[in-house]
Amino acid sequence: MKRDTDILIAGGGLNGSALALALAGVGFSVSIVDPVPPADKRSDEFDGRGYALALTSQRLLQALGIWPEVAGDAQPILQIKVSDGRASEGASPFVLEFDHGEIEEGPMGYMVEDRYLRRALMKAMDSASAVTQINSESVVAQDVDASGVTVTLSSGRTLRAGLLIGCDGRNSATATRAGIKRTGWNYDQTALVCAIGHQKAHDGIAHQFFMPSGPLAILPLPGNRSSIVWTETTAEAARIQRLSDDEYLAALQPRFGDFLGPIELAGQRFTYPLELTLADAFVADRTALVGDAAHRVHPIAGQGLNAGLKDVAALAEVLALSRRRGEDVGQSDVLMRYQRWRRFDTASLALATDTFNRLFSNDNGILRLGRDLGLGLVNSLPSLRRNLIREAAGLTGDLPKLLQGRPI
Amino acid sequence: MQTATNTVDPAEIEKFQAMAAEWWNPNGKFKPLHMLNPCRLDYICAQVAAEFGRDLTGTLPFKGLRILDIGCGGGLLSEPMARLGAEVMGADAAERNIPVAQVHAAESGLEIDYRHTTAEALAEAGEQFDAVLNMEVVEHVADPLAYLTACQKLLKPGGLMVCSTINRNPKSFMMAIVGAEFVMRWLPKGTHDWSKFITPDELFDLLKSCGLEPVDRKGFVFNPIQWSWSLSERDLSVNYVTTSVKPA
Repeated sequence: MKRDTDILIAGGGLNGSALALALAGVGFSVSIVDPVPPADKRSDEFDGRGYALALTSQRLLQALGIWPEVAGDAQPILQIKVSDGRASEGASPFVLEFDHGEIEEGPMGYMVEDRYLRRALMKAMDSASAVTQINSESVVAQDVDASGVTVTLSSGRTLRAGLLIGCDGRNSATATRAGIKRTGWNYDQTALVCAIGHQKAHDGIAHQFFMPSGPLAILPLPGNRSSIVWTETTAEAARIQRLSDDEYLAALQPRFGDFLGPIELAGQRFTYPLELTLADAFVADRTALVGDAAHRVHPIAGQGLNAGLKDVAALAEVLALSRRRGEDVGQSDVLMRYQRWRRFDTASLALATDTFNRLFSNDNGILRLGRDLGLGLVNSLPSLRRNLIREAAGLTGDLPKLLQGRPI
Repeated sequence: MQTATNTVDPAEIEKFQAMAAEWWNPNGKFKPLHMLNPCRLDYICAQVAAEFGRDLTGTLPFKGLRILDIGCGGGLLSEPMARLGAEVMGADAAERNIPVAQVHAAESGLEIDYRHTTAEALAEAGEQFDAVLNMEVVEHVADPLAYLTACQKLLKPGGLMVCSTINRNPKSFMMAIVGAEFVMRWLPKGTHDWSKFITPDELFDLLKSCGLEPVDRKGFVFNPIQWSWSLSERDLSVNYVTTSVKPA
């Protein structure tokens, strides 16, 4: 049966769009199916969502040619301060400081708002002739056989491809239909996410406070604005989310003190239940999973999108090399190369963030003392600190070329 | 057989016929070949691209090239070459491999001319190719010099042959026969006859004797930690590959 497209991507979020561009760039024809109407995706209104892009993710955007579109609206992260704290007391005196001056690569990462990233990706896809965007439609069925996969869309239309890639999020229907199960657990913690405006400058400093209920991150946005990721137990988060904006701010303010001056809301308020899930396999016959469809990690280190873009870079590289040697890129041994590359790395990250969270999200006096001493100790050892900075910037591990900012 | 004169040892053909149906299962009996395949393809693609000035990052880089895959089996090399745009003929002395390869190529939407024949028969018929792929065959033929001479005749002037085989030394005996056939059970016992293995220098001498100019040789090395094969400049102690060209 003749193929309509080399590769079909289910899900047109940030990962799906970046993957479509990466694959088109190495010569594949790509169709990307997304249920969201185009007008909603291109909205310029700030909804309060932002991402902490690791340096490697920024390099990927650079390699895909879309970084210049977002650079003007990106806030470099120049320093990260990590401290232990309790709501009433503010941060403890033991502070772990990471400064970009300690690594040679420049800023440790960038804060970018969802609206700018989304807009830049959409624009790049519009001008990529090898990418066919199919909006306001979803994939409702997939039928794999020896030579390809036939996908049925919600309109009833069918498309034939050599490979189906699920970028369709944590409840990935692509994974379910492929018979891939997930393992994981819920933390009974929920992240409250919002953007705030504040009186004083943030100086490009990202703060992470470890509170007994969970971490609180203050991430610098352009201007006197910051993105807040505030973790509470699920019951407490539900209560806070029901508060009026003024009461919400009143609850937030004492948690990190007044170093930014008076604060106000600068966008919508969101909640995200925290969970850790890992797909039992990242690939099946003529099927691969990317991003949250494959793994959802505790967002404690802001690694969700960064981990997804690592998948994008690794999968694009595996498929590009496979294409150049004339292999059928949907065949199982090709897809296994992607799984071998990413699944171990992902499982390690999941385990590390989980351990970190369990260690810090409690009010045990002994652990608290140990943490404070530990943070002080890390701070006094330059080489250990430099390694942690490189880890946070995504500069460690077996890096796919796109994450090094190089073409595949 | 389409010809009375061929150098294929009948006992060898039967061994591979018994294995033919499993060709395309990456976890089946041909798993070792599937594991080696990306490495051999990388080598072949790089050599062909360099010789004919093609860009592998482009679309259909081998368009206009006529390539012969000798001992094509189920088409593990023929299909990638066709996918890269080459006009491919796959030849195999084992009759049963031909329908297996044909069925699979049709499934993959590829046009490949698969034939139950030998290098000698094709040379006699005056067939000419830009490149001849001669991978893991020479250690199975009864008369290597006669066989390689036939391969040389099949090349157009300026054409290129990639030829891989197994070295002959105590290590290759341990790895290819004791290791692959008895310990790992990657291959059926008796797949290889160690006395037919050829050292790289012997192969270069053979290639020169039949009028080819050897230009490159590299090792295929298995890494048990990464569980995959890679190319080596230095280690040709077991599996190795050579490129030679027919002077224009």
